[in-house]
Amino acid sequence: MAFIDYYKIMELDKSASEADIKKAYRKLARKYHPDLNPNNAESERKFKELNEANEVLSDPENRKKYDKYGNDWKHADQFEKQGSQSHSQQRTAQDYSQGDFSGGDYSDFFESMFGGSSRNAGGRAGNTKFRGQDLSAELKLDLKEVYETHKRTLTVNGKNIRLTIPAGVKNNQTIKISGHGAPGVNGGPNGDLNIKFIIENNTQFKLDNDNLYQTVDLDLYKAILGGELTVDTFDGKVKLNIKAETQNGTKVKLKGKGFPIYKKEGEFGDLFITFQIKTPTNLTDKEKELFTELSNLRAS
Amino acid sequence: MNLEKLIAINELCKLYNVEISFFHSLNESGLIEILTLDEVHYLHQDKIYDVEKIIRIHLDLEINVEGIDVIINLLKKIDELQDELDSVKNRLSIYEH
Repeated sequence: MAFIDYYKIMELDKSASEADIKKAYRKLARKYHPDLNPNNAESERKFKELNEANEVLSDPENRKKYDKYGNDWKHADQFEKQGSQSHSQQRTAQDYSQGDFSGGDYSDFFESMFGGSSRNAGGRAGNTKFRGQDLSAELKLDLKEVYETHKRTLTVNGKNIRLTIPAGVKNNQTIKISGHGAPGVNGGPNGDLNIKFIIENNTQFKLDNDNLYQTVDLDLYKAILGGELTVDTFDGKVKLNIKAETQNGTKVKLKGKGFPIYKKEGEFGDLFITFQIKTPTNLTDKEKELFTELSNLRAS
Repeated sequence: MNLEKLIAINELCKLYNVEISFFHSLNESGLIEILTLDEVHYLHQDKIYDVEKIIRIHLDLEINVEGIDVIINLLKKIDELQDELDSVKNRLSIYEH
Protein backbone atom coordinates (compact mmCIF):
# COMPACT_ATOMS: atom_id res chain seq x y z
CA MET A 1 0.00 0.00 0.00
CA ALA A 2 1.80 3.12 -1.19
CA PHE A 3 1.72 6.37 0.71
CA ILE A 4 -0.36 8.95 -1.15
CA ASP A 5 0.71 12.55 -0.92
CA TYR A 6 -2.61 14.38 -0.72
CA TYR A 7 -0.86 17.74 -0.66
CA LYS A 8 0.85 16.94 -3.93
CA ILE A 9 -2.45 15.86 -5.49
CA MET A 10 -4.00 19.18 -4.48
CA GLU A 11 -0.86 21.07 -5.55
CA LEU A 12 -0.47 22.50 -2.05
CA ASP A 13 2.24 22.62 0.57
CA LYS A 14 1.76 21.51 4.13
CA SER A 15 1.24 25.02 5.42
CA ALA A 16 -1.87 25.51 3.25
CA SER A 17 -4.79 27.18 5.01
CA GLU A 18 -8.38 25.89 4.90
CA ALA A 19 -9.14 28.60 2.36
CA ASP A 20 -6.18 27.47 0.22
CA ILE A 21 -7.48 23.88 0.28
CA LYS A 22 -10.97 24.96 -0.71
CA LYS A 23 -9.60 27.12 -3.50
CA ALA A 24 -7.32 24.34 -4.77
CA TYR A 25 -10.18 21.85 -4.71
CA ARG A 26 -12.46 24.15 -6.71
CA LYS A 27 -9.74 24.91 -9.22
CA LEU A 28 -8.75 21.28 -9.82
CA ALA A 29 -12.34 19.99 -9.71
CA ARG A 30 -13.17 22.36 -12.57
CA LYS A 31 -10.24 20.96 -14.47
CA TYR A 32 -10.86 17.25 -13.91
CA HIS A 33 -14.63 16.96 -13.33
CA PRO A 34 -15.82 13.92 -15.35
CA ASP A 35 -18.82 15.80 -16.72
CA LEU A 36 -16.42 18.28 -18.30
CA ASN A 37 -14.10 15.53 -19.53
CA PRO A 38 -16.37 12.86 -20.96
CA ASN A 39 -14.76 9.51 -21.81
CA ASN A 40 -11.48 10.59 -20.26
CA ALA A 41 -10.31 7.90 -17.84
CA GLU A 42 -7.28 9.93 -16.77
CA SER A 43 -9.43 12.88 -15.68
CA GLU A 44 -11.79 10.54 -13.88
CA ARG A 45 -8.89 9.01 -11.95
CA LYS A 46 -7.50 12.42 -11.05
CA PHE A 47 -10.93 13.63 -9.93
CA LYS A 48 -11.27 10.64 -7.62
CA GLU A 49 -7.80 11.25 -6.21
CA LEU A 50 -8.68 14.91 -5.75
CA ASN A 51 -11.88 14.06 -3.87
CA GLU A 52 -10.02 11.66 -1.65
CA ALA A 53 -7.36 14.26 -0.90
CA ASN A 54 -10.04 16.87 -0.23
CA GLU A 55 -11.94 14.52 2.08
CA VAL A 56 -8.88 14.33 4.25
CA LEU A 57 -7.36 17.77 4.03
CA SER A 58 -10.59 19.77 4.27
CA ASP A 59 -11.46 18.05 7.54
CA PRO A 60 -9.21 19.49 10.29
CA GLU A 61 -9.36 16.29 12.35
CA ASN A 62 -8.51 14.02 9.44
CA ARG A 63 -5.84 16.40 8.25
CA LYS A 64 -4.23 16.35 11.68
CA LYS A 65 -4.14 12.55 11.61
CA TYR A 66 -2.80 12.51 8.12
CA ASP A 67 -0.11 15.09 8.92
CA LYS A 68 0.91 13.09 11.97
CA TYR A 69 0.95 9.57 10.57
CA GLY A 70 0.78 10.00 6.82
CA ASN A 71 4.47 9.72 6.11
CA ASP A 72 5.04 7.04 8.67
CA TRP A 73 1.91 4.99 8.40
CA LYS A 74 3.70 1.80 9.30
CA HIS A 75 2.82 2.60 12.90
CA ALA A 76 -0.14 0.35 12.31
CA ASP A 77 -1.05 -0.12 15.95
CA GLN A 78 -1.55 3.55 16.50
CA PHE A 79 -3.46 3.81 13.25
CA GLU A 80 -5.80 1.00 14.15
CA LYS A 81 -6.59 2.68 17.46
CA GLN A 82 -7.23 6.00 15.81
CA GLY A 83 -8.96 4.38 12.86
CA SER A 84 -11.50 2.47 14.90
CA GLN A 85 -12.40 5.63 16.82
CA SER A 86 -12.86 7.69 13.71
CA HIS A 87 -14.75 4.89 12.01
CA SER A 88 -17.46 4.89 14.67
CA GLN A 89 -17.78 8.65 14.31
CA GLN A 90 -18.06 8.36 10.56
CA ARG A 91 -20.96 5.94 10.80
CA THR A 92 -23.07 8.76 12.22
CA ALA A 93 -22.28 10.86 9.21
CA GLN A 94 -23.70 8.44 6.65
CA ASP A 95 -26.46 10.87 5.74
CA TYR A 96 -24.04 12.51 3.41
CA SER A 97 -24.40 10.81 0.13
CA GLN A 98 -21.62 9.90 -2.19
CA GLY A 99 -22.37 11.70 -5.37
CA ASP A 100 -21.97 10.27 -8.78
CA PHE A 101 -18.26 10.82 -9.02
CA SER A 102 -17.08 11.80 -5.59
CA GLY A 103 -17.84 8.54 -3.85
CA GLY A 104 -16.42 5.08 -4.12
CA ASP A 105 -13.04 3.91 -5.27
CA TYR A 106 -11.09 5.19 -2.32
CA SER A 107 -7.52 4.04 -2.26
CA ASP A 108 -6.38 1.31 0.11
CA PHE A 109 -4.30 3.95 1.79
CA PHE A 110 -7.40 6.04 2.50
CA GLU A 111 -9.38 3.04 3.72
CA SER A 112 -6.58 2.04 6.08
CA MET A 113 -6.43 5.48 7.62
CA PHE A 114 -10.00 6.64 7.64
CA GLY A 115 -12.12 3.57 7.06
CA GLY A 116 -14.31 5.08 4.36
CA SER A 117 -15.91 8.26 3.16
CA SER A 118 -16.57 10.56 6.08
CA ARG A 119 -18.42 13.20 4.16
CA ASN A 120 -19.05 14.28 0.67
CA ALA A 121 -16.35 16.31 -0.95
CA GLY A 122 -18.61 17.89 -3.49
CA GLY A 123 -20.87 19.32 -0.85
CA ARG A 124 -24.01 17.34 -1.76
CA ALA A 125 -26.06 16.42 1.22
CA GLY A 126 -29.08 14.30 2.08
CA ASN A 127 -30.04 10.85 0.85
CA THR A 128 -29.80 12.08 -2.69
CA LYS A 129 -30.37 9.47 -5.36
CA PHE A 130 -27.91 9.79 -8.18
CA ARG A 131 -27.60 7.89 -11.36
CA GLY A 132 -24.50 5.71 -11.50
CA GLN A 133 -21.45 6.76 -13.40
CA ASP A 134 -21.24 6.02 -17.10
CA LEU A 135 -18.49 3.57 -17.94
CA SER A 136 -16.47 3.46 -21.13
CA ALA A 137 -14.88 0.50 -22.83
CA GLU A 138 -13.15 -0.12 -26.13
CA LEU A 139 -13.77 -3.14 -28.31
CA LYS A 140 -11.38 -4.05 -31.11
CA LEU A 141 -12.92 -5.83 -34.05
CA ASP A 142 -11.75 -6.85 -37.47
CA LEU A 143 -13.56 -5.33 -40.45
CA LYS A 144 -14.63 -8.83 -41.48
CA GLU A 145 -16.35 -9.30 -38.13
CA VAL A 146 -18.60 -6.29 -38.59
CA TYR A 147 -19.70 -7.32 -42.07
CA GLU A 148 -22.53 -9.25 -40.45
CA THR A 149 -24.62 -8.59 -37.35
CA HIS A 150 -23.39 -10.86 -34.61
CA LYS A 151 -23.63 -11.41 -30.89
CA ARG A 152 -20.70 -11.24 -28.54
CA THR A 153 -20.28 -11.62 -24.81
CA LEU A 154 -18.18 -8.96 -23.14
CA THR A 155 -16.89 -8.96 -19.59
CA VAL A 156 -17.04 -5.47 -18.10
CA ASN A 157 -16.12 -5.05 -14.43
CA GLY A 158 -16.59 -8.77 -13.86
CA LYS A 159 -20.07 -8.77 -15.40
CA ASN A 160 -20.89 -10.62 -18.61
CA ILE A 161 -22.85 -8.60 -21.11
CA ARG A 162 -24.39 -10.20 -24.19
CA LEU A 163 -24.16 -7.63 -26.92
CA THR A 164 -25.55 -7.54 -30.45
CA ILE A 165 -23.09 -5.81 -32.73
CA PRO A 166 -24.95 -4.48 -35.76
CA ALA A 167 -23.36 -4.95 -39.17
CA GLY A 168 -21.72 -1.86 -40.56
CA VAL A 169 -20.67 -0.34 -37.24
CA LYS A 170 -17.98 2.27 -37.90
CA ASN A 171 -14.47 2.74 -36.58
CA ASN A 172 -14.55 4.95 -33.45
CA GLN A 173 -18.35 4.70 -33.27
CA THR A 174 -19.70 4.52 -29.73
CA ILE A 175 -22.73 2.49 -28.75
CA LYS A 176 -24.52 3.21 -25.48
CA ILE A 177 -25.86 0.28 -23.47
CA SER A 178 -28.33 1.65 -20.97
CA GLY A 179 -28.12 0.53 -17.38
CA HIS A 180 -24.83 -1.33 -17.64
CA GLY A 181 -22.67 1.39 -16.12
CA ALA A 182 -21.79 1.85 -12.46
CA PRO A 183 -24.56 1.23 -9.92
CA GLY A 184 -26.64 4.21 -8.85
CA VAL A 185 -26.11 5.91 -5.51
CA ASN A 186 -28.76 5.58 -2.79
CA GLY A 187 -31.03 3.57 -5.08
CA GLY A 188 -30.55 5.77 -8.13
CA PRO A 189 -30.53 4.11 -11.55
CA ASN A 190 -27.41 2.54 -12.99
CA GLY A 191 -25.26 4.52 -15.39
CA ASP A 192 -24.72 3.52 -19.00
CA LEU A 193 -21.94 1.61 -20.66
CA ASN A 194 -20.41 3.32 -23.68
CA ILE A 195 -18.58 0.94 -25.98
CA LYS A 196 -16.27 2.45 -28.55
CA PHE A 197 -15.53 0.23 -31.52
CA ILE A 198 -12.05 0.15 -32.95
CA ILE A 199 -12.30 -1.49 -36.35
CA GLU A 200 -9.10 -2.79 -37.88
CA ASN A 201 -9.05 -3.28 -41.61
CA ASN A 202 -6.74 -6.11 -42.65
CA THR A 203 -8.40 -6.67 -46.00
CA GLN A 204 -7.39 -5.55 -49.48
CA PHE A 205 -10.44 -3.28 -49.51
CA LYS A 206 -10.49 0.34 -48.48
CA LEU A 207 -13.63 1.50 -46.71
CA ASP A 208 -15.07 5.00 -47.00
CA ASN A 209 -18.42 5.33 -45.26
CA ASP A 210 -20.32 2.36 -46.71
CA ASN A 211 -18.42 2.08 -49.97
CA LEU A 212 -15.53 -0.27 -50.57
CA TYR A 213 -12.64 0.44 -52.92
CA GLN A 214 -10.23 -1.97 -54.51
CA THR A 215 -7.51 -1.78 -57.15
CA VAL A 216 -7.32 -4.81 -59.42
CA ASP A 217 -4.51 -5.76 -61.79
CA LEU A 218 -5.56 -6.19 -65.42
CA ASP A 219 -3.22 -7.71 -67.95
CA LEU A 220 -2.42 -5.68 -71.04
CA TYR A 221 -3.96 -8.12 -73.51
CA LYS A 222 -7.29 -8.31 -71.68
CA ALA A 223 -7.29 -4.52 -71.37
CA ILE A 224 -6.81 -4.16 -75.12
CA LEU A 225 -8.90 -7.05 -76.41
CA GLY A 226 -11.52 -7.31 -73.65
CA GLY A 227 -12.64 -10.48 -71.91
CA GLU A 228 -13.69 -11.79 -68.54
CA LEU A 229 -12.04 -11.19 -65.19
CA THR A 230 -12.92 -12.73 -61.81
CA VAL A 231 -12.51 -10.31 -58.92
CA ASP A 232 -12.89 -10.62 -55.15
CA THR A 233 -15.72 -8.82 -53.40
CA PHE A 234 -16.19 -8.77 -49.63
CA ASP A 235 -18.52 -11.75 -49.70
CA GLY A 236 -17.21 -13.80 -52.61
CA LYS A 237 -16.05 -13.59 -56.20
CA VAL A 238 -17.77 -12.03 -59.20
CA LYS A 239 -17.04 -12.29 -62.88
CA LEU A 240 -16.65 -8.99 -64.74
CA ASN A 241 -16.84 -8.32 -68.45
CA ILE A 242 -13.87 -6.21 -69.45
CA LYS A 243 -14.53 -3.95 -72.39
CA ALA A 244 -11.99 -3.90 -75.21
CA GLU A 245 -9.57 -0.95 -75.03
CA THR A 246 -10.02 -0.43 -71.29
CA GLN A 247 -7.76 2.36 -70.09
CA ASN A 248 -5.48 2.27 -67.06
CA GLY A 249 -7.27 3.68 -64.00
CA THR A 250 -10.75 2.91 -65.31
CA LYS A 251 -13.23 2.56 -62.44
CA VAL A 252 -16.26 0.31 -62.34
CA LYS A 253 -18.99 0.35 -59.74
CA LEU A 254 -20.52 -2.85 -58.44
CA LYS A 255 -23.77 -1.67 -56.94
CA GLY A 256 -24.68 -3.17 -53.56
CA LYS A 257 -21.35 -4.99 -53.22
CA GLY A 258 -20.00 -2.57 -50.65
CA PHE A 259 -20.26 -2.62 -46.86
CA PRO A 260 -23.54 -3.10 -44.99
CA ILE A 261 -25.23 0.17 -44.02
CA TYR A 262 -25.45 0.49 -40.23
CA LYS A 263 -28.89 -0.44 -38.90
CA LYS A 264 -30.36 -0.70 -42.40
CA GLU A 265 -30.82 -4.39 -42.86
CA GLY A 266 -30.23 -5.66 -46.36
CA GLU A 267 -28.82 -2.33 -47.60
CA PHE A 268 -25.24 -2.10 -48.76
CA GLY A 269 -22.88 0.49 -50.15
CA ASP A 270 -21.12 -0.01 -53.49
CA LEU A 271 -17.80 -1.56 -54.45
CA PHE A 272 -15.58 0.54 -56.70
CA ILE A 273 -12.92 -1.30 -58.67
CA THR A 274 -10.04 0.52 -60.29
CA PHE A 275 -8.15 -1.32 -63.02
CA GLN A 276 -4.40 -1.12 -63.01
CA ILE A 277 -3.00 -2.35 -66.28
CA LYS A 278 0.07 -4.54 -65.94
CA THR A 279 2.43 -4.44 -68.87
CA PRO A 280 4.28 -7.67 -69.61
CA THR A 281 7.94 -8.02 -68.58
CA ASN A 282 10.78 -10.31 -69.69
CA LEU A 283 9.64 -10.18 -73.29
CA THR A 284 10.92 -12.80 -75.66
CA ASP A 285 12.51 -11.83 -78.95
CA LYS A 286 9.37 -12.88 -80.75
CA GLU A 287 7.19 -10.74 -78.48
CA LYS A 288 9.49 -7.75 -78.96
CA GLU A 289 9.28 -8.27 -82.69
CA LEU A 290 5.47 -8.32 -82.60
CA PHE A 291 5.26 -5.24 -80.37
CA THR A 292 7.60 -3.42 -82.76
CA GLU A 293 5.36 -4.44 -85.62
CA LEU A 294 2.33 -3.12 -83.71
CA SER A 295 4.14 0.08 -82.95
CA ASN A 296 5.03 0.56 -86.59
CA LEU A 297 1.40 -0.07 -87.54
CA ARG A 298 0.22 2.69 -85.15
CA ALA A 299 2.89 5.08 -86.48
CA SER A 300 2.05 4.63 -90.14
CA MET B 1 -49.81 13.43 -21.82
CA ASN B 2 -48.54 10.25 -20.19
CA LEU B 3 -48.12 11.14 -16.50
CA GLU B 4 -46.10 7.99 -15.88
CA LYS B 5 -43.25 9.49 -17.84
CA LEU B 6 -43.30 12.77 -15.93
CA ILE B 7 -41.61 13.49 -12.63
CA ALA B 8 -42.87 16.28 -10.37
CA ILE B 9 -40.31 19.03 -9.93
CA ASN B 10 -41.08 19.11 -6.18
CA GLU B 11 -39.97 15.50 -5.93
CA LEU B 12 -36.78 16.28 -7.80
CA CYS B 13 -36.03 19.18 -5.46
CA LYS B 14 -36.25 16.83 -2.47
CA LEU B 15 -34.29 14.14 -4.24
CA TYR B 16 -31.41 16.34 -5.32
CA ASN B 17 -31.62 18.82 -2.47
CA VAL B 18 -31.89 21.87 -4.70
CA GLU B 19 -34.28 24.83 -4.62
CA ILE B 20 -37.23 24.91 -6.97
CA SER B 21 -35.97 28.29 -8.20
CA PHE B 22 -32.97 26.46 -9.63
CA PHE B 23 -35.25 24.39 -11.88
CA HIS B 24 -37.13 27.52 -12.93
CA SER B 25 -33.84 29.24 -13.80
CA LEU B 26 -32.87 26.22 -15.91
CA ASN B 27 -36.25 26.39 -17.62
CA GLU B 28 -35.89 30.12 -18.31
CA SER B 29 -32.45 29.64 -19.80
CA GLY B 30 -33.76 26.85 -22.04
CA LEU B 31 -31.60 24.15 -20.45
CA ILE B 32 -34.67 22.12 -19.47
CA GLU B 33 -38.34 22.20 -20.34
CA ILE B 34 -40.77 22.27 -17.44
CA LEU B 35 -44.24 20.98 -18.26
CA THR B 36 -47.22 22.21 -16.26
CA LEU B 37 -50.34 20.09 -15.75
CA ASP B 38 -53.05 21.10 -13.28
CA GLU B 39 -50.65 23.68 -11.83
CA VAL B 40 -48.07 21.01 -11.06
CA HIS B 41 -44.66 21.35 -12.66
CA TYR B 42 -43.07 18.29 -14.19
CA LEU B 43 -39.98 17.19 -16.01
CA HIS B 44 -39.97 14.38 -18.56
CA GLN B 45 -38.10 11.32 -17.30
CA ASP B 46 -35.93 11.23 -20.43
CA LYS B 47 -34.36 14.52 -19.30
CA ILE B 48 -33.18 13.14 -15.94
CA TYR B 49 -29.72 12.31 -17.27
CA ASP B 50 -29.25 15.92 -18.46
CA VAL B 51 -30.61 17.36 -15.25
CA GLU B 52 -28.34 15.22 -13.09
CA LYS B 53 -25.34 16.36 -15.09
CA ILE B 54 -26.42 19.98 -14.62
CA ILE B 55 -26.90 19.46 -10.86
CA ARG B 56 -23.48 17.83 -10.51
CA ILE B 57 -21.83 20.73 -12.32
CA HIS B 58 -23.81 23.20 -10.19
CA LEU B 59 -23.12 21.56 -6.84
CA ASP B 60 -19.65 20.14 -7.34
CA LEU B 61 -18.21 23.16 -9.09
CA GLU B 62 -20.45 25.96 -7.78
CA ILE B 63 -21.28 27.12 -11.29
CA ASN B 64 -24.38 29.23 -11.87
CA VAL B 65 -27.02 28.65 -14.52
CA GLU B 66 -25.39 31.01 -17.05
CA GLY B 67 -22.07 29.19 -16.64
CA ILE B 68 -23.77 25.81 -16.99
CA ASP B 69 -25.43 27.00 -20.20
CA VAL B 70 -22.03 27.92 -21.63
CA ILE B 71 -20.50 24.60 -20.51
CA ILE B 72 -23.33 22.49 -21.97
CA ASN B 73 -23.07 24.33 -25.28
CA LEU B 74 -19.30 23.88 -25.40
CA LEU B 75 -19.61 20.19 -24.52
CA LYS B 76 -22.07 19.78 -27.40
CA LYS B 77 -19.62 21.47 -29.74
CA ILE B 78 -16.78 19.24 -28.51
CA ASP B 79 -18.99 16.23 -29.13
CA GLU B 80 -19.76 17.34 -32.67
CA LEU B 81 -16.11 18.11 -33.37
CA GLN B 82 -15.12 14.70 -31.99
CA ASP B 83 -17.57 13.02 -34.37
CA GLU B 84 -16.19 15.05 -37.24
CA LEU B 85 -12.61 14.24 -36.24
CA ASP B 86 -13.43 10.51 -36.11
CA SER B 87 -14.99 10.69 -39.55
CA VAL B 88 -12.02 12.61 -41.00
CA LYS B 89 -9.56 10.17 -39.36
CA ASN B 90 -11.43 7.27 -40.91
CA ARG B 91 -11.21 8.89 -44.35
CA LEU B 92 -7.54 9.76 -43.87
CA SER B 93 -6.71 6.17 -42.99
CA ILE B 94 -7.87 5.18 -46.49
CA TYR B 95 -4.98 7.12 -48.00
CA GLU B 96 -2.41 6.16 -45.36
CA HIS B 97 -2.57 2.42 -45.98
